[in-house]
Amino acid sequence: MKIGVLALQGAVAEHIRSIEAAGGQGVAIKRTEELAELDGLIIPGGESTTIGKLMRKYGFIDAIRNFSAQGKPIFGTCAGLIVLADRIDGQEEAHLGLMDMTVARNAFGRQRESFETDLPVKGIEEPVRAVFIRAPLIKEVGSSVDVLSTYKDEIVTARQGHLLASSYHPELTDDYSLHAYFLKMAEEAAAAASR
Amino acid sequence: METGTSRVKRGMAEMQKGGVIMDVMNAEQAKIAEAAGATAVMALERVPSDIRAAGGVARMADPTVLEEVMKVTSIPVMAKARIGHFVEAKVLEALGADYIDESEVLTPADEVYHIDKRDFTVPFVCGAKDLGEALRRIQEGAAMLRTKGEPGTGNIVEAVRHMRIINGQIRKVQNLSKDELYHEAKTLGVPYELLLGVHESGKLPVVNFAAGGVATPSDAALMMHLGADGVFVGSGIFKSEYPEKFARAIVEATTHYQDYKLIAEVSKNLGTPMKGIEISKLDASQRMQDRGW
Repeated sequence: MKIGVLALQGAVAEHIRSIEAAGGQGVAIKRTEELAELDGLIIPGGESTTIGKLMRKYGFIDAIRNFSAQGKPIFGTCAGLIVLADRIDGQEEAHLGLMDMTVARNAFGRQRESFETDLPVKGIEEPVRAVFIRAPLIKEVGSSVDVLSTYKDEIVTARQGHLLASSYHPELTDDYSLHAYFLKMAEEAAAAASR
Repeated sequence: METGTSRVKRGMAEMQKGGVIMDVMNAEQAKIAEAAGATAVMALERVPSDIRAAGGVARMADPTVLEEVMKVTSIPVMAKARIGHFVEAKVLEALGADYIDESEVLTPADEVYHIDKRDFTVPFVCGAKDLGEALRRIQEGAAMLRTKGEPGTGNIVEAVRHMRIINGQIRKVQNLSKDELYHEAKTLGVPYELLLGVHESGKLPVVNFAAGGVATPSDAALMMHLGADGVFVGSGIFKSEYPEKFARAIVEATTHYQDYKLIAEVSKNLGTPMKGIEISKLDASQRMQDRGW
């Protein structure tokens, strides 16, 4: 499976390393044309304001919506989760607006409140080592969204069909289970498309 | 649940990669920086070129500057403490700064010891002009590095020198045999274990940004080509004629540093950049890069 990592800003190399460790092929994506060859796309952590701005500037909003409309899986981590959401708390405009959920930015506070913890995730056997860095939260989800994990009663992992989102950074650890889970989503989508 | 771990601190810097961190002196500038696509801002009372011009002792900024900037931005806010001044750093941590720069731009408070940065929950960034300095700062707990360059000069030559020195030293260390590494650790004045890590991985264990003299979009792209993970722009932006346009141009040139047509496009009509200083005209006492050891 060939998985692209949107390389406008943020932790791109870490996602590529994790995808390859989980058995996939990872490539950095800087131009919309490069989306065509992918089986799945990761929108990495970084600053969502910066990533959102550059996505608009270079035509990625429509291109990724189109990519999603083909049923190809997308995984957003931290800033990537914000970019995927339909609604952003306190902000008028969403970015991609693909997942039926409302997110709150910097929901845990400033950097001094950032933390890591072991997090049980539905569909993954062992708890995931989750690194939360000025992380967002999912405040509410629509009926088509499956909640995969919560931390202190707040939603931090969610899936809506071919879309996956986490508040935290699985790419900063040597735990590749969430990347393996996403690769499986990509395999299933590819199999469904060829049928 | 653990806060302030090395992974959380270094991870925060990883999220800044490919980005531009801009010096700002008030809420209005912070808003311009965020709107232009900065990944973080550095809240300061004066930018390096003004510190240079003013002379005297440069200290941590008035806390109200930091508070004012934090109030209007949603991106991380960094602030500078003097080298060795752990109380200034504790004050910045208490105020909620997201990252502390133990910076040679300010007048050092200690001529021997840097801050014990492991004693903090918030991460630190430090300047380095060679591999020895870089690894000593990491040993003290720095979670991010930047080239020292020569701040406030608008002259990229020193940042280029420092980046090339570090890259060259890393390549040399990669090629040393295990027994030669012990001696190299002694020569560089760094812990053997950190040097072994560089020998094995061929890179620094933390993110390394370019800083100190970035004055044009091409300067930013040049530093990215030389291996910088991102760029700090200090005096360059708000000392230029059209700060907003200039800030956006630097952000785009940093993302697309290999796209020369795009850099040409964003470099058009940026107005007059900051004047800049020829390094050889600087008096030894005015060289900020010689502060810190």
